[in-house]
Amino acid sequence: MTALDNYVAPTSLEQAVVQLQELGEVTILAGGTDLMPQSHAGRVKFKRTLMNIRRIPELRGIVREGDAIRIGALTTISEMMAHPLVREHLPLLVSAGDHFASDQIRNAGTVGGNICNASPAGDTLVPLMVLDASVELASKPDDTLFRRSMPLPEFFVGPGKTRLAPAELLTAVRVPIPPKGFVARFHKFGTRPALDISAISIGVAGVLKDGKFSQVRVAFGAVAPTPVCGCATQEALEGKRLDAATIAAAAKAAQDEVHPISDVRASAWYRKEMIHNMTKRILEDVSANH
Amino acid sequence: MSQQTIDFTLNGVPTRVSVPVQMSALEMIRNVTGLTGTKYGCGEGECGACTILLDGVSLNSCLLFAVECDGRQVTTVEGLADDPLGRKIEKAFVDAGAVQCGFCTPGMVMQTRQLLEKNPHPSRCEIQRGIEGNLCRCTGYVKIVDAIEAASKE
Repeated sequence: MTALDNYVAPTSLEQAVVQLQELGEVTILAGGTDLMPQSHAGRVKFKRTLMNIRRIPELRGIVREGDAIRIGALTTISEMMAHPLVREHLPLLVSAGDHFASDQIRNAGTVGGNICNASPAGDTLVPLMVLDASVELASKPDDTLFRRSMPLPEFFVGPGKTRLAPAELLTAVRVPIPPKGFVARFHKFGTRPALDISAISIGVAGVLKDGKFSQVRVAFGAVAPTPVCGCATQEALEGKRLDAATIAAAAKAAQDEVHPISDVRASAWYRKEMIHNMTKRILEDVSANH
Repeated sequence: MSQQTIDFTLNGVPTRVSVPVQMSALEMIRNVTGLTGTKYGCGEGECGACTILLDGVSLNSCLLFAVECDGRQVTTVEGLADDPLGRKIEKAFVDAGAVQCGFCTPGMVMQTRQLLEKNPHPSRCEIQRGIEGNLCRCTGYVKIVDAIEAASKE
């Protein structure tokens, strides 16, 4: 293993992807809020080069592009929460951000970093999944800049593992503007609101029209090696009225489809119970308030 | 070990240092520039004792790479001596008896500076939310919240 012996701070996307291609063994630094403690604890080993991407203007900013909001990878959680486009169109991300760590960490941690860390409990991942977000990736394998995008659920492979290629950079996350009648909820359950890694988290979204819930999206955090789609729960809800029977069936489907592990934060049994109870509570709340 | 030379402004003073690239801003502030007001508590972003302002925004210096300070404005608790709002906060902490062992105080004061800059007249609940990233093991927080409330009312 080679030790960390090189530091680069590219000032454009072009420069960054060229360097990624040339240098090979690179650790990417964005907010640093995970990289610093993970590397100190020995859970992440630095590669030969540390690349600080915070000087790249193309990775900043939140803009509307057609029917979607594009959130630059370097957007901090605080910047995301304060942005008028996010507040108007994606309030779910504002409420999710409110449960994210602490003010100091929200001021440093980035949306792109939270995604690339690929923690099963990452606080923006479940909300972004139910919002149908996709990630934008860039690389430069030859003379031309190569860009591709990928739906968020496909991006995650395992804890800390993604489909990001070695010479590739995550440049942005793209979130479609939700349709009329769209409702969404995110619930994170831990022992205290601040600075806690969730024992479980649940995102529910869909369109409520004439009392019926459709285009349903459900996702769960911290119950599998990656954040996962609640596909059976979605099916139990799609096109239905949110009455007591439907809610009970959906909560049961949620409990049955998750396969969590026991760890320091909660036992598998407790996680399944919480998934059941919180799914029920969220759906009752949606039903009562619309 | 790779060293990197960086230039930044530390409490208004142009500063140049050479640091290992994996060094935290906290280690740099305490051990390279010698300002020991900023405290090392947990080293993991849980306790907030190391809170500083980077370009006027609060963050945990233990989680910040020192190299990221390059070209930026760093403010530590020592720098609040030249800042009217900072002095007001410090006086309010003293008057309310919000300092016991004092270890969390620099971080609390820095985060209060951030809170009152963004929200000059917070409710007690907003104050509690504002300092949720700062741990105090002595006071039970009541006097700290009192102090922040008093500073916001002056």
